[in-house]
Amino acid sequence: MSKTIFEHSTPGRKGVVLPEREIDIPLATMFSETMLRTKKARLPEVSELDTMRHYITLSHKNHFIEKGLYPLGSCTMKYNPKLHETLVRHPSFTSLHPYQPEETLQGALELMYELQKDLAEIAGMAGVTLQPAAGAQGEFTGIKIIAAYHKVKGNTHKDTIIIPDSAHGTNPASCSLVGYKTVELASNKEGRCDIAKLRELVNDQTAGIMITNPNTLGLFETQIEEIADIIHSVDALMYMDGANLNALLGIVQPGKIGFDLMHFNLHKTFATPHGGGGPGSGPVAVSEKLLPFLPVPVVTKDEKGYHLSSENELTSIGKVHTFYGNFAVLVRAYIYIKMLGAEGLRRVSENAILNANYLMQCLGEYYHIEHQEPCMHEFVMDGTWQKKNYGITTLDIAKRLLDKGFHSPTIYFPLIIPEAMMVEPTETESLESLDAFAAAMREIALECKDNPELVKNAPLTTPVKRVDDARAVKMLEPVFPLAD
Amino acid sequence: MPYISNTERDRQKILKAIGVNKFEDLLTAIPEKLRMKSPLALSQPLSELEINKNIKAKTDKNIPCEVVNSFLGGGVYDHFIPAAVDAIVSRPEFCTAYTPYQAEVSQGTLQYIFEYQTMICELTGREIANAGMYDGASAIAEAILMAVRKNHLTKAILPATLNPNYVKVVKAYTEGNGIELLIAPEKDGLTDLSALENMLNDTIGSVIIQTPNFYGNIEDAKAFDTIVHKNPNCLLIACVDPISLAIFMPPAEYNADIAVGEGQVFGNNMYFGGPLFGFFATRPEMARLMPGRIVGGTIDKDGNKAYVLTLQAREQHIRRAKATSNICSNESLCTLSAVVYLCLLGKEGLIEVATQSAQKAHYTANELCKIPGLALTYPNAYFFKEFVLKTPKKAEEIIKALVPGNIYAGIDLAPLGKPDELMIAVTEKKSKAEIDSFVQAMQEVVK
Ligand SMILES: Cc1ncc(COP(=O)(O)O)c(C=O)c1O
Repeated sequence: MSKTIFEHSTPGRKGVVLPEREIDIPLATMFSETMLRTKKARLPEVSELDTMRHYITLSHKNHFIEKGLYPLGSCTMKYNPKLHETLVRHPSFTSLHPYQPEETLQGALELMYELQKDLAEIAGMAGVTLQPAAGAQGEFTGIKIIAAYHKVKGNTHKDTIIIPDSAHGTNPASCSLVGYKTVELASNKEGRCDIAKLRELVNDQTAGIMITNPNTLGLFETQIEEIADIIHSVDALMYMDGANLNALLGIVQPGKIGFDLMHFNLHKTFATPHGGGGPGSGPVAVSEKLLPFLPVPVVTKDEKGYHLSSENELTSIGKVHTFYGNFAVLVRAYIYIKMLGAEGLRRVSENAILNANYLMQCLGEYYHIEHQEPCMHEFVMDGTWQKKNYGITTLDIAKRLLDKGFHSPTIYFPLIIPEAMMVEPTETESLESLDAFAAAMREIALECKDNPELVKNAPLTTPVKRVDDARAVKMLEPVFPLAD
Repeated sequence: MPYISNTERDRQKILKAIGVNKFEDLLTAIPEKLRMKSPLALSQPLSELEINKNIKAKTDKNIPCEVVNSFLGGGVYDHFIPAAVDAIVSRPEFCTAYTPYQAEVSQGTLQYIFEYQTMICELTGREIANAGMYDGASAIAEAILMAVRKNHLTKAILPATLNPNYVKVVKAYTEGNGIELLIAPEKDGLTDLSALENMLNDTIGSVIIQTPNFYGNIEDAKAFDTIVHKNPNCLLIACVDPISLAIFMPPAEYNADIAVGEGQVFGNNMYFGGPLFGFFATRPEMARLMPGRIVGGTIDKDGNKAYVLTLQAREQHIRRAKATSNICSNESLCTLSAVVYLCLLGKEGLIEVATQSAQKAHYTANELCKIPGLALTYPNAYFFKEFVLKTPKKAEEIIKALVPGNIYAGIDLAPLGKPDELMIAVTEKKSKAEIDSFVQAMQEVVK
């Protein structure tokens, strides 16, 4: 096991040296003694090489996209082009300050303006804010916009958002943060929103519905127009969680099929790296009537150039981020869209769908699949056969997959499928890598039968064996105990 | 087609394997009339060669701080970043990994988060930190929401000296849940403590202190403690510049119950204000009320040390509508920058960064104040690395006049109703020569 960086510390050792002091004013002259720290913070004392060795050693314990297939459903772990990484590191991006005079920012603002426009086109909507820092913050922003819309319309009685039972946890959590109640809409046998149940739930209190489309079963909401009619009949709004947009690029524009607003996950659909859990970016697109509510500022253009405009300040929901969002992520997504263009983006979705259907076809014989129809960019299989026959859980299967060099699918989600395994291969995987993954999954299916203990004890070849998460909760250890 | 591996032959093979004739046969769930009839209206695809030029056309139109003499702050600061930081965070092992849900193949990410949490606790003096929030602004908002979960008191007091962007974000985050925000007035660039004392009663759930505050001034944190904690249920939330913590009293020493702040200054590029990251630390008894991810130490099946995401029952994927926060993806890679930065600077180096920033800021202030017409707006307040200058003409005019000479003089406080005030930030990156040339230029412009 790796020591922590604190255990590599040697008194007096330094990683970098700052310039000699040109100006030496004593602390006592600048501050009152009562403000000062009396004991130095015990940060590590390590050399640059110590630091490099330590973190490179740690890096070897990670699974990552360049190492192998990463089929996490609804996470869209596609390849992150290296070109983005090179271009975003230009000093004219890295060293831009948010309070610079506008005339010194024209390139950055132009890029944001064009990205706003391109995302609006992809959504089939009227305007975009780039401010939200991740998908969940996009949801929060979108639901705030719904609340602002109802406030202006005098719809003060509207206090509920409807959320399908296949939805991601951030959906209800974001609604709560805005102050809405949520009600759960059951899925029907076909894995779609149950229209009859929806009619029962919708009433004057309904402020909106949040739908992931395609949903987290990888299925397109076929009756979306009917849903939109029902929702709009009570002046409620249609929100789309765009986490699964990788299925729809150039095929369907959400704004043209009944949605009033949506968020994007640039770190999914638009190939920006997930960063081990961020930074992401969750821009929100809205229809014409919701433009006044967008967070401030938005990037506008006139004959003089590009501007950070707060013109809608009075109607806006305000701000959700200190500045303008995760600019460095926006740059990467901009490059991606410009390189692919309309044709390329459609190809992305086509191949994402082809790859998912291919894997579903390869695995249907070995794992139970509830919804027997072509999927979109992902599908859900489950471990119920293995559980019933051999007492092997989806968790065991997921862990065994790690031994075979693959990351596991998203497991135990959506909640409506017991022992769920949600598989999203993405378009960047080749046929050979899909075949290799399918072979590994088939091997595991056979191991479940022939050598169930092997699967239950997995993983065996990873940097650590199966981790005791119950102990982590019981004996909470959130920090390393530093020595004096 | 870039980034797609399937050839036409592969495509045919796939279609055959699935048992359909053409791609469109897979779209039967999408009613025909909902499908796009014509392609997206986007510009023609660019090759790698062409996108390089496209981006160059953009970067040519920016004048970044690197090529000018900049004194901008206000929440994002231009501190020195050692090269090794990017060498680590650009590694695909860290950069292209997902959230470390599968602990056995994510020990690299999990361990750096654990080390990050330890460093944040050491700097703030608090006992438990999470894996990070979106930015300093949302970290304050989440702290207020956590205070409400703790004491069920729905009023929070924000100081008038709090960064105005943070106020806007806090408002957006709290207004839907019936939380009432009260503003403690400012006096001489600091929170008016007697006014604060008068505002406090047993309905107040939390009080925020930002120190150094938006104007760069250092608040009397001990006095906040005394006033706020007269009411035993009221929580003190400290928003601090983490670089300042190398030399300043850690928030736990003035009994801040929650310590938060903007972490960009730890090894992250300014990037036009994003990504940023917020740090969040508190008392152990509030562990289960915290927002965001937390990494904990544990053991694996063989008894070896391991790390894992823990206390997940607080989080949205389990608790859904009743979760402590909606946050899912955070700013993980930015916290890795912070960890590597703090290793490279180390125990003595961070003190040096804080000390030199303060020294250079004080030198700049002293020199500027020698110019007739210029004076500190808050001469009686202590400041750290940022200060406000009273100017004989509009700050906007001064800023404009200095841009052609490649100087970003500071932030115009006109949006706060103070058109004759210029806010100036100085970090350790400034050389004496750069400061002197700025002072010289200021002398010319206020003449
Ligand atoms: C369907 C769905 N919605 C929302 C989210 C939240 O996105 P983020 O992690 O960017 O906040 C996710 C991410 O896992 C998701 O899969």
